[in-house]
Amino acid sequence: MAELDMLVQQFQNKNEIAFKKLYTMYGNSIHGVVYNIVKDSDIADELMQDVFIKAWHKSDTYSSKKGRFFTWILNIARNTAIDKTRSKAFKQSKQNLNADFFVDIIESNDNLDSSTDAIGIKKFVKNLGQKCKEVIELLYFKGFTQKEASEELKMPIGTVKTRNRNCIKQLRDTVLN
Amino acid sequence: MDINAYIESGTLELYVAGQLSEEENQEVYELLQKHPELLQEVLEIEAAVVKLTAAVSPHSINFDSFKGQLGGADTKVVDLKPTKPGWISYTGWAASILLAGGLLWTLNNKTDLENQLQTAETENQYLEIQIEDARTDLAVTKNLLDAIRDKDILAVPLGGQGDYASTYAKVYWNKEDNTIYLDAEGLPNAPEGKVWQVWSLTLNPLTPTSLGTIDDFNSDDNKIFTIANANESQAFGITLEPAGGSESPTMEQLYTLGIVQTAP
Repeated sequence: MAELDMLVQQFQNKNEIAFKKLYTMYGNSIHGVVYNIVKDSDIADELMQDVFIKAWHKSDTYSSKKGRFFTWILNIARNTAIDKTRSKAFKQSKQNLNADFFVDIIESNDNLDSSTDAIGIKKFVKNLGQKCKEVIELLYFKGFTQKEASEELKMPIGTVKTRNRNCIKQLRDTVLN
Repeated sequence: MDINAYIESGTLELYVAGQLSEEENQEVYELLQKHPELLQEVLEIEAAVVKLTAAVSPHSINFDSFKGQLGGADTKVVDLKPTKPGWISYTGWAASILLAGGLLWTLNNKTDLENQLQTAETENQYLEIQIEDARTDLAVTKNLLDAIRDKDILAVPLGGQGDYASTYAKVYWNKEDNTIYLDAEGLPNAPEGKVWQVWSLTLNPLTPTSLGTIDDFNSDDNKIFTIANANESQAFGITLEPAGGSESPTMEQLYTLGIVQTAP
């Protein structure tokens, strides 16, 4: 059994040490996704905690047969953040959400010291084509389906899929090699 | 199956993004079990996406900062649920308790007030009785006064006799209606076993006629007694007699005596 599967199983058995390991692995990612949606550091902090607490309490609903653990918690994060943006209080306080994409945030982010990949990521997003920025933004950060993304970007469904493949390939080349 | 073609299709990237159907997810899962190169591909896609998304986070958050919120395993799940309608049900309970308290207080007040009302009514009745009594007394006194002031009335003072010189009485005689009003204020209370007896007298020869005993002398307030007298009295006398009265007056016990002054 892979290490991750074991961790997830322990997590499902309410093992806090396993939970902490998973948090260390995915915490920043979840925070990034949430922050990219709500565009507010304090709210993002709060929501990120909500996401992990939700995950902790409904851990029994996860099954590796349904997908990756990261994908599962990513889904919770997007839904939690989007729910928040739909709330009355949030709408009133955030009349004009700036339209920055994740790339703009990364480029202006000075606080990447925690990530050793900071330079690689910055280089990646700088060289990333506009279409890649949009596809990744919609599919990974916003949780659009392939069909929704194709409508939003006015490109065929099949093109969304292959373009995404190429964009992620670029990303992998930058940050993993 | 062509593994490379499958990899190039972009399905695994969508798998990591969470954009496949449940059925497709199941399919991918089974393929991943069979083909390690597919699993490796997925791991790399995931690692890249994790790094990319993490780079968006403006700062990291310490795990310990919210660890306390996890609570004890499953119990927290039970705890969390009821917090949603919490304030409604708490407010509801608080309102119920307040209402119940208010009702009890009101009930208590009502009972108190009823008791007070009852007391007030009793006092009221008592006062009404007293007023009625006072009115009756006043009427009686007025009648007496009217009777005594009548122009036809004959006043006969009765002086103390012998050893009883300090005693006195007065008779007001209305000959029209054959009534005498005896004012016996000047007589002491009759001793135990004795009674005052009133006599009408004619002088030549001396003949006493009993006008009766005053049995309620000691308990009477104003000591004025109305007595019928149809005799042609020439004098009135009062003696102390054994209870029940005597046939003829005991002269040793004659307290007061007065002669009627015939009107000119």
